[in-house]
Amino acid sequence: MTEVTELMRPEGEALNTKEVLLNLGPQHPSTHGVLRLVLQLDGEYVERIDPHIGYLHRGTEKLAESFTYTQIFPLTDRLDYLCPPSNNLAFALAVEKLLGIEAPIRAQYIRVMMAELARISGHLLITGALPMDLGAMTALLYAMREREMIMDLLEMITGARMHTSYCRVGGVREDLPDEFLPKIREFCEIFPNRIRDYERLIENNRVFLSRTQGIGVISAADAVDLGLSGPNLRASGVDWDIRRDEPYEIYDRLDFDVITREEGDCYARWLCRVDEMRESIRLIEQCMEQMPEGPFQVDIPTIAFPVDKERVHCSMEALIQHFDLSAYGFDVPAGEVYSVIEAPKGELGFYIISDGSPKPFRMKVRAPSFVNLQALFGVTNARYLADMIAVLGSLDPVMAEVDK
Amino acid sequence: MTGERPVDLLSIIGSFVGAVEGLGAAHGIHAFAVPPEQIVEFCRFLKEHPALQFSFLSDICGVDHYPDLPRFETVYHLYSLNNKWRVRIKCRLGDPPHVPSVTGVWRTANWHEREAWDMYGIRFEGHPDLRRIYMWDGFEGFPQRKDFPLRGYKDKLNPFGAEGPPPTQPDLATRDIPQGGH
Repeated sequence: MTEVTELMRPEGEALNTKEVLLNLGPQHPSTHGVLRLVLQLDGEYVERIDPHIGYLHRGTEKLAESFTYTQIFPLTDRLDYLCPPSNNLAFALAVEKLLGIEAPIRAQYIRVMMAELARISGHLLITGALPMDLGAMTALLYAMREREMIMDLLEMITGARMHTSYCRVGGVREDLPDEFLPKIREFCEIFPNRIRDYERLIENNRVFLSRTQGIGVISAADAVDLGLSGPNLRASGVDWDIRRDEPYEIYDRLDFDVITREEGDCYARWLCRVDEMRESIRLIEQCMEQMPEGPFQVDIPTIAFPVDKERVHCSMEALIQHFDLSAYGFDVPAGEVYSVIEAPKGELGFYIISDGSPKPFRMKVRAPSFVNLQALFGVTNARYLADMIAVLGSLDPVMAEVDK
Repeated sequence: MTGERPVDLLSIIGSFVGAVEGLGAAHGIHAFAVPPEQIVEFCRFLKEHPALQFSFLSDICGVDHYPDLPRFETVYHLYSLNNKWRVRIKCRLGDPPHVPSVTGVWRTANWHEREAWDMYGIRFEGHPDLRRIYMWDGFEGFPQRKDFPLRGYKDKLNPFGAEGPPPTQPDLATRDIPQGGH
């Protein structure tokens, strides 16, 4: 009997619990890359998160200072590797502003179309990966099927599935192949139905809904204060899209809706991305209709490579032009520019300081994932470990972009 | 800033009591230089002025102007969601560089400032958790400074690095940074 009474506690006295430190990552499927979180747990309740990033830090900004402007394009591919054409575009636009040139209209249409394809590709992954983090595997497999179609399209245009490096300062690398337009028309026809498929997989999935609806709510004021941008910000009810508010390229000629939602929870962030894919399809269709014939890069021999590569073998001038651009690059007037685009993850900005040489003096990448990830620690109402995984997934960080 | 009402912006900023110097506009963005001791006050002014409302902090970055003096600089890019304007604020800093933190104005400044500390050794006074963010604890030197070799310094893990000892600066050692967390 004495043993039993020892075990019984007077009412009101707390259980003898202990705080636990849990290491999550850097190798863990739900951290979407190499993110390491040290969690201080009280039961299942997350008391404190200590994030460790930088496992993928390649020093893009430092490297860029020793590269010519054309050589930097492959570095930008490796920022958000789900949508390299967007990153290429952002960088090309920044350099073009410094040079005071604009790409030909056809090139602008091609770039916008590529950027929208990239947006779908990036959103598709998170459309499938968030349900997978929460236990619904099927959506990811369906999403990957359609993502493969985009990969094929990118390969058809650029020869590469992931690291496209397709933009150039003053245009794009080469023109669209003839077989591309029928293929992308086919994709635009198929894809809206497939989006409906994902929604049907998810909208009645009670586990997914109860783990995302009302979880990780970020108010509009908090979202702005935390620097969220892109779909994460629009899911909190802030109506801001750089494509509409500071139009670049030919976005002012295209008709599209900016998707916003009021709830600000994980489910709203997921839905925002799904609806944005529909808008992207609309944009691609308009690009195809409106795209004029014409040159695909500027006709400035000191900036653009010779269009006809055959001439390099038989014309001295073309050979010199090609050699000079490859070995030396081109001088960019001294000055500073901060140029932004609406990348799939949010505001992707390039801040370039040029000292007049062919290499940037300083290049800073305003990586949207880096800022968005920080918001994970500002969300106060998702404090269970399982909810934290949902919030992390719905913020959609790509670690390559976080770590630069 | 898109250039719709540039006069307004300049005259309002002119009403700020402080040593703000206009650096002109280029590529659609007005730039201003502020002495470091007024940066927090100026940011708060831009954020809270009813006609400006620069509520969104895009970016903070460090710049190393080596060998020019003053050597360091912090650059802030702000955006006004209401007016669709952008501005750039620049702060020239001496060596060793230190500047008040703006984490009290925007929470998002936290990681940007940690990055600038990590890469350039710019000390943000009043930052709640100024630790390295990309490089590991115990890393010596600040890799994005212009006098830091591209391949780092030679040691047993890095046979391709530059010869010579890493630049240790006792007053900037990471050890005396207060440890904390979110």
